[in-house]
Amino acid sequence: MHATDERTYHVDELTRVEGEGSLHLRVRDGEVVEARLRIFEAPRFFERIVVGRTPDEVIDIVARICGICPIAYQLTAVHAFEHLFGVDVDPQVRSLRRLLYCGEWIESHALHVYLLHAPDFLGLPSAIELAQLDRAIVERGLRLKKIGNEILTIVGGRPIHPVSLRVGGLYRAPRPSELAGLRRELDEARELALETVRMVAAFDAPAFAARRLLVSLRHPDEYPMNEGRIVSSDGLDLPAHDWEDAFREEQVEGTSALHARTHGGEAYLLGPTARIALAGDLLHPLAREALAASGQADELATNVFRSILARAVELVHATAEAAELIDAYRRPAQPAVAWQPVAGSATWATEAPRGLLFHRYDVDEAGIVRKARIVPPTSQNQAAIEADLARFAPTVLDLPHEEATRRFAQLIRSYDPCISCAAHFLDLRIEEAPQ
Amino acid sequence: MAGNGTRPRVGVVKLTSCDGCQLAILDLEDELLAIAERFELADFPEATSNRWSGPFDVLFVEGSVSAPEQVERLHELRARTTTLVVIGACATAGGIQALRNWGDVTDWGRSVYPDPSLLPVLDRVTPVSEHVKVDAELRGCPVSTDQLREFLGALLAGRRPFLPDEAVCLECKRRGFPCVLVSGATTCLGPVTRAGCGAICPAFGRGCYGCFGPREQPNVSALVAQFERIGLSADEAGRRFAGFTNGAEPFRAAIPIEGAARPAAAASEGGDARN
Repeated sequence: MHATDERTYHVDELTRVEGEGSLHLRVRDGEVVEARLRIFEAPRFFERIVVGRTPDEVIDIVARICGICPIAYQLTAVHAFEHLFGVDVDPQVRSLRRLLYCGEWIESHALHVYLLHAPDFLGLPSAIELAQLDRAIVERGLRLKKIGNEILTIVGGRPIHPVSLRVGGLYRAPRPSELAGLRRELDEARELALETVRMVAAFDAPAFAARRLLVSLRHPDEYPMNEGRIVSSDGLDLPAHDWEDAFREEQVEGTSALHARTHGGEAYLLGPTARIALAGDLLHPLAREALAASGQADELATNVFRSILARAVELVHATAEAAELIDAYRRPAQPAVAWQPVAGSATWATEAPRGLLFHRYDVDEAGIVRKARIVPPTSQNQAAIEADLARFAPTVLDLPHEEATRRFAQLIRSYDPCISCAAHFLDLRIEEAPQ
Repeated sequence: MAGNGTRPRVGVVKLTSCDGCQLAILDLEDELLAIAERFELADFPEATSNRWSGPFDVLFVEGSVSAPEQVERLHELRARTTTLVVIGACATAGGIQALRNWGDVTDWGRSVYPDPSLLPVLDRVTPVSEHVKVDAELRGCPVSTDQLREFLGALLAGRRPFLPDEAVCLECKRRGFPCVLVSGATTCLGPVTRAGCGAICPAFGRGCYGCFGPREQPNVSALVAQFERIGLSADEAGRRFAGFTNGAEPFRAAIPIEGAARPAAAASEGGDARN
């Protein structure tokens, strides 16, 4: 009989991610027996908080699910209600909402690329040390992030928990002159985004290839943001409000976290990598060219360590599209149209910075929410993250323990998990790992 | 105030929250690198993999107290901190999630989770000040970057930060917006809500929803009466206060919730025995 070689890799509190989560990996005789991304955020019961509330109250409340992507939650809710109530918004209102989403993508991706993720590729603990090494890099990221936040401030009132969205439109639409300064800054932002693509394409990424089921929205003539059909790399194609027809959430033994899977039981991956794989032909031409010039378009589809490139490419797209939206903008005659509630189920999906976000609100004839379901991207990605952890682990077992642990944390950061979002519905049975 | 060298040693930690208030620190894009030079950002897990467990000269705490281990953690952190600063509506008033204090936590859990008995949550959501001494607070959902900047500057200068307690109305008047309550017959919490946001909701033609919480000695009942005069039922008028600072008195007292007992006053069940 030989002695069992059991090793555990554990990170109590993952850093440079949004929210609180831990990583736990157990390997016995070279085989991964447990790979967990644990969520230990205390739940906030958002699906219950919105019960008894009006649609416009819900739009303000669900922003608070996430400080990094509040627009994603607000826009998904507003579209869901308008779809059920049969509200047609002014095309210029639609443009302003898309501009808000561009602002959020820029802010969120710049935060992740420069402050959270880039330090991994340079072996540094944070952007503070990166700034000591090369201040211009961090200043570029902060400048990009600031321009994203300026879009949110001008169109939404403030970057975190904006106040402008309502069912039927916006509380106020800006005058074109209010967007003029921003328009000039977006020319600068686009150049900074292109520079970002060149920077991250030069990073060394660990070799890792895994074919995963990819899922995103797809729209006939726009890069997916606020609407589209749900498509996947194995041919799925259905209306966004029918998410529940293709996916389910299930309790997983050992963590009891609710993981989303396809009805066939498959884990799947959402987010920038999936969007580029499934809708890359609809990227802004500048973003498409930048991706092609990186020479890593093929590797991007299979190596999640390259996801930083996908975010950089989407930075180019969002800065370019935001500029075009402003160029074509005319102030709508009315910022919002009147609407009447209709009883039924309000469902919609949009593309949050981290991937497809699904909402369902069952409302009564007065429009009051009676039941809600919110499925954030990170909870949908969790099964795929854990599967990738298990697949990646055998490739680094020969490295010193500390270095291997660092690589595992880097892998998790590659998905840009937003644990604060995920935790509001995940179950939290905490089981202490044997050390 | 001195850390290891001459820079104040700062921590940024979170309890139950959306991460938005610590993100507001990272939203100080023009000052962030200067802040990192003047302060030692010793523990800020969202931003750096360097970890530090204390002592702290200044500790910023985001989030409400919602789980038993958070109470333990707060006491440990307090013992290692000179100046403890709570940031945002969750830390100062319990946040939107404090609405569950009106119901039964098991019922609430059942509405979201398959097996709520497994949730390691406290019966009540509470602000940080119900558990440990708080030295300063920055209000808002989220906190304003202007107030963060002012607070950090005051720390370095060794002066009191200027955090006005006036009503949102004064900011609104200074910016020259028409009053949405008087001229628009819109429910606006501006008269009873603390300034700090720049009156952004009136700027968008909508009423303030009170995310900075009550100012000193607000006349909530007079405002509720005004809401009733513009056509709201008593229930609708009171419900305007069931928002992001619902846990702060006297907003809490104004909230009518059908079919559920009002939560007991602070420090009943779920409170901290060591207080």
